[in-house]
Amino acid sequence: MLTVALDVASVLLAGALLLAGWRLLRGPDPLDRALALDTLYVNATALLVLYGVRLGTGHFYEAALIVAILGFLGTAAIAKYLLRGDVAE
Amino acid sequence: MSGFVEVLVAVLIVAGAAFAFLGSLGLARFPDFYMRLHGPSKATTLGIGCLLLASLAHFALRGEASLHEVLITLFVSLTTPVSAHLLARAARHRRLPARGESGPAARVDATARPDAPSGNAPR
Repeated sequence: MLTVALDVASVLLAGALLLAGWRLLRGPDPLDRALALDTLYVNATALLVLYGVRLGTGHFYEAALIVAILGFLGTAAIAKYLLRGDVAE
Repeated sequence: MSGFVEVLVAVLIVAGAAFAFLGSLGLARFPDFYMRLHGPSKATTLGIGCLLLASLAHFALRGEASLHEVLITLFVSLTTPVSAHLLARAARHRRLPARGESGPAARVDATARPDAPSGNAPR
């Protein structure tokens, strides 16, 4: 049953990644693309956690944590740049 | 008992992935930026919270419980509102039109400051 649940969840997360990727390509504003990239990062974190459960190892949590941190920093930097025209003042 | 936990883990995994999918669906389908902000910032956070709870239960059942999942959950639920707020503020600054407004010039509300400089205005 867990295997079926993992398969269903993987397909759903792949669909979520595709939808976010579509918004990333479509735009129209740079902020839409930044938001889509943030969503891609969060979904990638979820996919890594799911993969860790599937393989039964705890080695993917560091990777998931790093992806989450990089996603937040990237989104904050892009939003700051679009807000001020500069990342660090 | 372990059968019950397995059912719980499976349900939480499917529910979390469904919430993440709905968040991305909202991102792809809503008509303006301010609506699009809702999907990823709420539904996707709930989805990843469900997934991490499922992972926590799964590894606790096997006797390998760790605090990594709690760490990721805390981090995601702390940073998502911050990045959403930053993005929304940048959208207001860039005068992105909301639905029903035809463009930047049509924006009339209490916070509109047409005399504000569009460049590096100090806040």
